[in-house]
Amino acid sequence: MRKSVFLNVFGLVDCNNFYASCERIFQPSLEGKPIAILSNNDGCVIARSNEAKALGLPMGAPAHQYNSFFNQHNVKVFSSNYPLYGDMSRRVMDVLKQFTPLVEVYSIDEAFLQFEGFEHYDLEEYARQIRKRVRKWTGMPVSIGLGPSKALAKVANRVAKKFADRTGGIYVIDSEEKRIKALKWLAIGDVWGIGHRHNKRLVLRQVRTAFDFTQLSDAWVRKEMSVVGLRLKHDLLGKSSIPLEMIAAPKKAIATTRSFESLIDDYQELRERVSTFANLCAEKLRQQNSRCHALVVFARSNPFMPDLPQYRNSTMISLPFATNSSLTLSKTALHGLDLIYKSGISYKKAGVMVTGIVPEDAYQMTLFSYENPKHQALMQRIDYLHKRFGPHKIKIANQDLNRTYKMKQAHLSPRYTTDVRDVIRVR
Amino acid sequence: MWLAGEGVSAGFPSPADDFKETRISLDKVAVKNEAATFYARVAGQSMIGAGLDDGDLLVIDRSLEPQDGKIAVCLIDGDFTVKRLKVEKDCVWLIAENKRYKPIQVTEENELMIWGIVTHVLKAL
Repeated sequence: MRKSVFLNVFGLVDCNNFYASCERIFQPSLEGKPIAILSNNDGCVIARSNEAKALGLPMGAPAHQYNSFFNQHNVKVFSSNYPLYGDMSRRVMDVLKQFTPLVEVYSIDEAFLQFEGFEHYDLEEYARQIRKRVRKWTGMPVSIGLGPSKALAKVANRVAKKFADRTGGIYVIDSEEKRIKALKWLAIGDVWGIGHRHNKRLVLRQVRTAFDFTQLSDAWVRKEMSVVGLRLKHDLLGKSSIPLEMIAAPKKAIATTRSFESLIDDYQELRERVSTFANLCAEKLRQQNSRCHALVVFARSNPFMPDLPQYRNSTMISLPFATNSSLTLSKTALHGLDLIYKSGISYKKAGVMVTGIVPEDAYQMTLFSYENPKHQALMQRIDYLHKRFGPHKIKIANQDLNRTYKMKQAHLSPRYTTDVRDVIRVR
Repeated sequence: MWLAGEGVSAGFPSPADDFKETRISLDKVAVKNEAATFYARVAGQSMIGAGLDDGDLLVIDRSLEPQDGKIAVCLIDGDFTVKRLKVEKDCVWLIAENKRYKPIQVTEENELMIWGIVTHVLKAL
């Protein structure tokens, strides 16, 4: 039993092949079999089980080109089941919060934990308990890395995953020796936060591993990679410099875009789609308690059908006040569409993006132009009704009441945990 | 009963205001551990003796430890099944509560996973 020499300890908990694991929990016979998860609209592969990776199935593979591959290798294909993945993610995070109050939900399948006042604990044993409980309660397999900073916890997690046979899915960097060994093993491009561009430049400077990176001077790192790079360097040295963020920063931009299943020639139909996208953006803004200052509308033809006339255009419209009203955003988006719409084009894709996002409480009334205050009350009512009776029950008049946009989801698994009609069946 | 005490501005305050309680919630009765609670639908007659009829909704708590006599959702050879556990010294039995079904002995050759323990059954009458 060893105790960490570092006072402050961070953990990174990462679900193993999260999307595939969600499907396996409710279809355990898929254990050990190759699984691929497709993006919205069944476009391309966005997640793979280890077995599918081993078969050489690339990330981002277009589904329609890989049908024979899937058949040939018996790959079980799933459409994205976000209600299921979202619920399973919440369950995992809820279990993690029992072990420490300091939890940063980093993504749908990853969380940083911080342990304060755990000096007298055997943290490796504690991590083992975390892993065991998450697995037993939710069915989700996880890997855990522990270290004196977030960046080192992330490194430790990679070691835990890569050498799962030896580590049992848990690795702790709790000595200088282990820290240096792990950093010398990790390629610079695999370091948390080192993107493609930095990777190329660093490799040119003979910086090949995370360890090499920590040997660069502070001055150089700061100049070339800003204070963000410098914080990363110190984090990797074991001096925690990247704090835990327990409140998720509101998203900088929110977009709703779709490729249409079939081409849209009809102006009214396109208007209806764009209005719906704006409405979805407004809902997302309200969910994260923020408002936007500007909106972008775009539409384009299908570039893969060169025989058809090609067209693409977009426009950005600034709003006179920050808003999250479905009515205002839909009206603005349709105005934008009028500006860019060209007749005689078959449209394949369109979208609405909102930007200039500010928190609700930072919203300031302008003197002369402001939104009808009734919108806010109306939106609250709509959100309440959606919560109570299910999403998309209420539409605004320029949306088609009879039409619910159908994503292509040919391989969708049941909503085992969010719809009582979809629960597992037991004999 | 709907209590709307706080809106009253004149007269004597309702004596019930001090005793306001939240309404009964089936969730609170049946769900002890939200993160570990899942649901399943009974298919077939194998557990009718235990009151589990075809179509009933089961509440399953994965956090509970399997024990002799508990009803569990198990996975045996790739299929979900619900049975009563009988734990003996060196083997486990999955017991149906219907004479027409034979007990299943779990041996080294079978792969058994206990998926969760059934805590409640909800049936429509």
